[in-house]
Amino acid sequence: MKAQMNIRSLVNRDNNIVQLLVMTVLIFAVMTALSPDKFLRYYNFESITYIFPELGLLSIAMMIAMLTGGIDLSVVGVANLSGILAGVLFHKMAGAAGIADTGLLTVLLGGVIALGTGLVAGTVNGLLITRLGITPILATLGTGQVFTGLAIVLTGGPAIVGFPTAWAFLGNGKILGLATPFVLFAVIAALIAFVLSRTALGINLMLIGTNPKAALFAGLKRERMVLYSYMLTGVLASVAGIILSGRTNAAKSDYGTSYLLQAVLIAVLGGTNPAGGRGTVLGITIAVAALMLLSSGFQILRFSNHLIDFIWGAFLLLVIAINAYKNRTR
Amino acid sequence: MALLRRSETVIAGILLLAMVLIGTINPAFWQLDNLFSLMRSNVIIGIMAMGVLLVLISGGIDVSFPAFAVAAMYLTIKGMLALGYNGVVLPLLAATLMGLAFGAVNGFFVYKFRMIPLIVTLGTSAMVRGFLLGVVGTSMININKMPTALIDFGRTDVVSVTKADGTTYGLTAMVLIYLGLALAMHLVLRYTMIGRSAYALGGDPEAARRAGFDLRKTIFFIYCVAGALAGFAGLLHSGMIWLANPRDFVGLELDVIAAVVLGGASIFGGRGSVLGTMLGVFMLVMVKNSLIIMRVDTTWQLVVVGLIVIAATALSAWRDRRRAA
Repeated sequence: MKAQMNIRSLVNRDNNIVQLLVMTVLIFAVMTALSPDKFLRYYNFESITYIFPELGLLSIAMMIAMLTGGIDLSVVGVANLSGILAGVLFHKMAGAAGIADTGLLTVLLGGVIALGTGLVAGTVNGLLITRLGITPILATLGTGQVFTGLAIVLTGGPAIVGFPTAWAFLGNGKILGLATPFVLFAVIAALIAFVLSRTALGINLMLIGTNPKAALFAGLKRERMVLYSYMLTGVLASVAGIILSGRTNAAKSDYGTSYLLQAVLIAVLGGTNPAGGRGTVLGITIAVAALMLLSSGFQILRFSNHLIDFIWGAFLLLVIAINAYKNRTR
Repeated sequence: MALLRRSETVIAGILLLAMVLIGTINPAFWQLDNLFSLMRSNVIIGIMAMGVLLVLISGGIDVSFPAFAVAAMYLTIKGMLALGYNGVVLPLLAATLMGLAFGAVNGFFVYKFRMIPLIVTLGTSAMVRGFLLGVVGTSMININKMPTALIDFGRTDVVSVTKADGTTYGLTAMVLIYLGLALAMHLVLRYTMIGRSAYALGGDPEAARRAGFDLRKTIFFIYCVAGALAGFAGLLHSGMIWLANPRDFVGLELDVIAAVVLGGASIFGGRGSVLGTMLGVFMLVMVKNSLIIMRVDTTWQLVVVGLIVIAATALSAWRDRRRAA
């Protein structure tokens, strides 16, 4: 009896999660039916666990920005700039042994620089939004351009190719048979979920997003909290950049440009309210998984990348329509 | 005194100052052919900026117009080639209508589902571009295949000057189209009910609704006009460069938005003028062109445009908050 109650309350509270799970299973079933021999191979799922984390981290970053009713359009720029700055460092520090054998200390320094880039970028975004009062859309549109521009200035256009082996391990390696980026994602996602649901910062952000005026009157430090949220967003983007550059062994100013749309789509699909106040890491994680299954299915069916972009756009509009419909009936 | 406090005056002052500065660094700036080419570069961005101005005034944002422009342009020219049609007026009309239809989709989603315009336009943009490149085609249509009437139209000059060495250069007649559209937009924004309703919507949607404005009509009008202007500008652009590239206009949204914000339109909606926007467009185009004249590496362009957006929006935010306080 009690167990039944629990399940019911779980279903009621996380209605969106259940719907997402149903959708994921549905996608899985359809893709399996369409091409069982190719889709169901172990290799297919393994490769998903390598690509999944970059997009997942960017989507979580997007969700955090949306919690306060904002958005971060600079995440892809931050990710690329982080990877490129680290790459520049490795190329400068590379000794006679070559880049692949760069010492662990240098790799660590590169990690600090990459994460620092994200932190600084996020701080700039946060200050522009809270101190100067620029709307998040335009502030991050502008800074995103600056970050991408700096990436072009640093590289001159072409990709920086060649990263240390230890760095590549973050994007390519395996821990206990699982993809390293996947393990990283799981740890970070759990951490963020904890921060959002169990710490003052997370609860403040939810409250600010739900009702900014009430939050202000309740004495919440709105500016500081929003600043922290964009700093967190920036750091998450730079982690995505580290994984991306490690996986591809290269960093370029225009990598992952289609990730921006996908991150927004996943955030909205994962039950985040872009007007603020609602969003969960679990929702995002399931939404990323669903989209990854869909995308790998399309690739197996030999859809062109352009066509997949078209489908993402259509999907986003569809999700908007469905969400609006759901909210109306409530 | 009132004139001095208008933001257009301030922008014009900054513009003049920048022109003097650039002219001092490189006197080639003041040569007539450079000025003519500057004005030429204003046309396409300027026409699109008129649409973005309307959207920003209403408190929205549009990042889909470059996709609409390129789709309207490429589809129209593909259609002309398929039908063997050679002309100017009908194709321009077709491109405009196509842009309008795309814009109506934006309007529908923004009004019907009360969705943040940025997210809607991100979606429509990806759809239109993905459809164009994934279904219609990715190959460029070069000058040897382009409809000749469009090229002839695009190369019309108002005045042309012959240099000492025999080469000629001129001021493109497309500038007149830009000026005409800008004047029309100015009149609509100032003197028509639909224009005023855009300001009202941007100032306070709830107040606008209670004052009796039909917000559905306003929102559809805004996004349809923005789309239509983009479609028109897209085809005009291909006539001017004698080329139809389905990958064109990538990243143009930022330039145009930067120009409009630079021109004094409020990022919170409710404020903005055609004259200011034209000055903003001129400033942006000039700065971008002058980077080359001043021998700044072109890789810095993105950084400069990004910084301009940040500076202009920060200024706009500061001004509007002071006004509100």
